[in-house]
Amino acid sequence: MTTVPMSGPSGAAAADLTGRSDLQRQRLRAAWMFLAPMLIALAIVAGWPLVRTIYFSFTNASLNNLSGAEWIGFDNYLQIRTLSSGRVLYRGLLADPAWWAAVWNTIRFAVLSVAFETVFGMIVALVLNANFRGRALVRAAILIPWAIPTIVSAKMWQWMLNDQFGIINEIALNLGLISQKIAWTASPDTAMIAVLIVDVWKTTPFMALLILAGLQMIPGDIYEAAKIDGVHPIKVFWKVTLPLVRPALMVAVIFRMLDALRIFDLIYVLTPNNAQTKTMSVLARENLFDFDKFAYGSAASTMLFLIIAVITIVYVVVGRVNFEGGR
Amino acid sequence: MAELLLEGIKKSYGSVAVLHGIDLDIKSGEFIVFVGPSGCGKSTLLRLIAGLEDITGGRLSIDGKLVNKVAPSERGIAMVFQSYALYPHMTVYENMAFGMKLGKAGKAEIDRRVREAAEILQITPYLERLPKQLSGGQRQRVAIGRAIVRDPKVFLFDEPLSNLDAALRVATRIEIAKLHERMSDVTMIYVTHDQVEAMTLADRIVVLNAGRVEQVGSPMELYHNPANLFVARFIGSPSMNTVPMKVETGGASPRVTPRNCKTVEVDAVIPEAAAGAEGTFGVRPENLHVVGTDEPPGSVPVFEGRVDIVEALGEVTLVYVDVGHEEPIVAKIDSDLSVKKGDRVTLASRPDNFHVFDAKGLAFPRRSAAG
Repeated sequence: MTTVPMSGPSGAAAADLTGRSDLQRQRLRAAWMFLAPMLIALAIVAGWPLVRTIYFSFTNASLNNLSGAEWIGFDNYLQIRTLSSGRVLYRGLLADPAWWAAVWNTIRFAVLSVAFETVFGMIVALVLNANFRGRALVRAAILIPWAIPTIVSAKMWQWMLNDQFGIINEIALNLGLISQKIAWTASPDTAMIAVLIVDVWKTTPFMALLILAGLQMIPGDIYEAAKIDGVHPIKVFWKVTLPLVRPALMVAVIFRMLDALRIFDLIYVLTPNNAQTKTMSVLARENLFDFDKFAYGSAASTMLFLIIAVITIVYVVVGRVNFEGGR
Repeated sequence: MAELLLEGIKKSYGSVAVLHGIDLDIKSGEFIVFVGPSGCGKSTLLRLIAGLEDITGGRLSIDGKLVNKVAPSERGIAMVFQSYALYPHMTVYENMAFGMKLGKAGKAEIDRRVREAAEILQITPYLERLPKQLSGGQRQRVAIGRAIVRDPKVFLFDEPLSNLDAALRVATRIEIAKLHERMSDVTMIYVTHDQVEAMTLADRIVVLNAGRVEQVGSPMELYHNPANLFVARFIGSPSMNTVPMKVETGGASPRVTPRNCKTVEVDAVIPEAAAGAEGTFGVRPENLHVVGTDEPPGSVPVFEGRVDIVEALGEVTLVYVDVGHEEPIVAKIDSDLSVKKGDRVTLASRPDNFHVFDAKGLAFPRRSAAG
């Protein structure tokens, strides 16, 4: 075709072009057809509720009058009113100390629990990555805490942590670790610790499994090379294992972070109505259903969504920068 | 400078024995190649020498010192792996320096040795690159460089060329040969399944089969005087033609009759008592000639049959002749000769090219061995 440049506007080439775009259109159509069911399902179960929540957060809706909701702008978030006396009043979610306490609780919980889970998960993964007899059994057994429904494990731990009859108090007392029984889940000093213990116990296996998958991607021969070079195992861990498992670790941390930031069930069951452990999700639910402040609760939910989104974006961006710079 | 002494080395995984007592005496500065089919235990033997696996039985000494329980890093060895085993997140420089950093060598000393090794292997321009930015051949050179930097007494290679393409394999093979010349006091042990690598690189070849040493010798020794059928068929390409035979007479003028063939005189030491025994007769494809073309003086006709397949390789032509056995007889002939499928040919060879083996597959020694 290209050997006849003089034969004017080559009809053949034009046909070729349209033919190709036809094919492309066909492929595009097929792609959309396969994507459509998923997109529709997502729109129904995720998109619509999110939009509704955001909408309600700008209204004065209450639980028994959802249809009569009126638009009130940002009043649920922040409302500044100047009294005749000249005093300025701030109201709304962003001026609510209970909200900020919940934000602080959530972030504290998320950072601490993910940090502990990462360290313990790494240790467990390193052990499971070694070759020993009965490894498959241990690997399966370690998943049990993660497989138990949260409500069940929360109830279980509630009994174990019970101030009167709990086995934890009993053991600690017998070992002489404590001098008197502690109301783990009720006392403001220990409530957060109790929640952290249970969450770390429950989700470390998940972390370990994700890290283990990353460890198994590392070729074994570089460890043999290090062995022949006589590199100390601890140096091998910091200089070889950790950098190479890092991508998997980053993904595991972000999964857990997203989970931890919207923690609800464990705290709702284990330490209900404890100001020390009240998280954003718990506070939002409380307002939505218990206090009949549906619009206010919606505002809290929207803020929760925004905070998680911002943290995730920051994490991904910062993480990637480090990832390339750190080699 | 390092001598290795292997005495009755055994290795088993659980109840599965992989090596059944290997005895080997490797001299300082020698280039030894372990060769054998896959699963013969050659890589395992290398890993035992490296200390990456525990020795089940026997004694391994380096320079007279028993090292069965000595850590790999204390054995004075360096190893080059088949898959290079480079640290993917470190630059070439860091890869080569990583193993040294903990040693007593100062920073300047490390730098000097890394740059020296890089210079030898011509990888200086790539020192700041990551392994993934290098080609396979360059990576393998980095792996060799990392080994050189350690200044080892014994260099171990585990199939270092098998991940490279054919052209690179030849080039790298020559570089390894040069490296051995340059580091002439370093003992090198090289594992491969490629007999060309074995033949070209080795001072001595160790042929392994099913966890046992079949034969140890110089490349030409193995080619001309294989100790048994396995070595005879393993060394050389295409493999030696082997057919069942019967010993007619032993003693001063030994004669044998390969099945479906004429009785021929052979140039081997066959005891008189062996007369009438069964055995195996062998002749290499390159020693067979089509009668009536270019057969050298003194050739005697051996096989007669119809040409089944003709493979023209360019420099030579392989002719597969059906002589009534299960497998055709292969002859490697001059590519100028015109032999066509279906032709009836007679294949001849000089009697000193005949190999004869007893019923157990052990060779009757040849009298006029050229090598």
